[in-house]
Amino acid sequence: MSTAQYFLKRVFVSIIVFFGVSIVIFCLARLIPGDPARIALGPFATKEMVEQLRETLHLNESIFIQYKIFIQQLFQGDLGLSTYTKRPVLTDVITYFPATFELVLMSGTLMILIGMPLGILSGKFKNTFVDHIARIISLLGVVTPSFLWAIILMLLFAFWMPILPVSERMNEMLDPPKLVTGLLLVDSLIEGNFVVFKDAFLHLILPGLAIAMPAIGNVARLTRTNLSDIYEKQYIEFAKSYSFSEYKIATKYALKPASIPTVTIIGLDFAFMLGNAFLVETVFVWPGIAKYGVEVILAKDLNGIIATALIITTFFLIINMLVDFFVLLLNPRITITD
Amino acid sequence: MNLFKSKYYYKFSQNPLSIFGLVIVIGVIFLAIFAPYITPFPEHVGPFTDFANKSKPPSSTYIFGTDKIGRDIFTRCIYGYRISLTLGIVVLAIAVPIGVTMGLCAGYIGRKTELVLMRITDVFLAIPALVLALSIIGLLDRPNLFYTMIAVSMAWWPWYTRLIYNITRSIKTEGYITAAEIMGASKFHIMFKEILPNCLPSLLTKITLDLGFVILVGSSLSFLGLGAQAPTPDLGTMVAKGASMLPDTWWFSLFPGFAILIVVLGFNLVGDGLKDMFDVDV
Repeated sequence: MSTAQYFLKRVFVSIIVFFGVSIVIFCLARLIPGDPARIALGPFATKEMVEQLRETLHLNESIFIQYKIFIQQLFQGDLGLSTYTKRPVLTDVITYFPATFELVLMSGTLMILIGMPLGILSGKFKNTFVDHIARIISLLGVVTPSFLWAIILMLLFAFWMPILPVSERMNEMLDPPKLVTGLLLVDSLIEGNFVVFKDAFLHLILPGLAIAMPAIGNVARLTRTNLSDIYEKQYIEFAKSYSFSEYKIATKYALKPASIPTVTIIGLDFAFMLGNAFLVETVFVWPGIAKYGVEVILAKDLNGIIATALIITTFFLIINMLVDFFVLLLNPRITITD
Repeated sequence: MNLFKSKYYYKFSQNPLSIFGLVIVIGVIFLAIFAPYITPFPEHVGPFTDFANKSKPPSSTYIFGTDKIGRDIFTRCIYGYRISLTLGIVVLAIAVPIGVTMGLCAGYIGRKTELVLMRITDVFLAIPALVLALSIIGLLDRPNLFYTMIAVSMAWWPWYTRLIYNITRSIKTEGYITAAEIMGASKFHIMFKEILPNCLPSLLTKITLDLGFVILVGSSLSFLGLGAQAPTPDLGTMVAKGASMLPDTWWFSLFPGFAILIVVLGFNLVGDGLKDMFDVDV
């Protein structure tokens, strides 16, 4: 199979999965016991109000027709009205998604920048003091709930040692940059506004780290195992016998094959991080889609819940696809075997 | 057979961390079972108030301090373990049989069964577990512990389907399976009596690891206010209640948070030990 064919097949599979996900989420929203309209309006709404909402949500049609209407509207960019914010859900998603996108990208960067070196140190100096420390850090990263990381980091670096800000995306006193991408770091750079850039960056560190900690632990653990396996391979012995420098062996011959399994599970790590965003955004009052998600769930806003679940899953599907292409770059043999 | 002299225990005990994990797990289960006899103030579990002792920092009487209506946080943490462990056990008791059966069917029967079951599994795996659980709870009526259990189970079974599917695929052409087929054994017999026993080491390891992670996800849900409701002493809820009062009364959040950490750590270490012991990859 050529690279292009692989690419097309992968995109096709993702689209199929997307439809599967939309069916699952839609069915969950419609087949649960209880009347969604009644749940959304609360116990004090009159019968007429409930009936009217049932009409607008097409709840009186059969489930297949409802799904058809849902998909048609979805492709017209119409996700319905949010009963929580009283605005179109699409507007809410556009408003809140960039904040989460920026935050999760920050976490992904931290995951690679901290997790990989930690794992490399561990694998290179196996069973030494450095290794033990690195392993304890990664183990604690994995087993600590990310909301606890959020609270610990907040206490340490915002309250007891006040060096980083605790909430929102930027200082209220500053003027926000003109809205272009919705990513504050990018928007402020476009304007050349470095004060906002620095402020937004500082705001990203603590929530970004709190989300990334479990993933950092995962990446470090996996890198360690793979690297120490690779160091026992014959071609490394061979390179050593040719007296290649330690640095060259590590970077050129050991790290690339060792990083393939790590990169492969990065997609999975993003799933954890997107889930963790729901917890961390709540703690840091981060105005993102995850915090919006929690709010609509508590408010029983059906359209909001469906939209949040769909957008997060789509984001995850796209990341998974990108990860697969990246793995293909690292390991071209995949196209032959798969 | 003396357990402590078996080769399995030898492999398990090679890593002192596994033993440490086992001590934690046994300790937590012991505390949870005998909570009424161990905790200093069992009456603080319910809607108890003692405003004279409210928001006391950790001291020798209240080793984790007291909350804002004067209840002992240590006592409530120990009772919180009862909820967490129940949640972990119930969720896996629902998710594992579903996942295992689907994995066995998809892997052994193959063809259309495989196609349909594995595509369904893929779809469920495409939704981040916590997001799926959150959505399900959001769509159900009022949040409570029972719904949390249902929601987490719904998000958890695909992992078992995938694990068992992979093992089944790799052993279905082994000689003993063919032998059973030739002797005319039923599909049911082959799946559950021939293949399943060979999955047990991986299954046991994954269940142990997952007990910790299910507790973690469960506490995350209750942290968001979507789990057990007050006055039930739930660890996640306790952390959430304290989080809004940082940094002054830090002990409201930190100690229940550490309580979650400890139990997840315990199951994780034991799980890693089992991984080495059975020499499996899950």
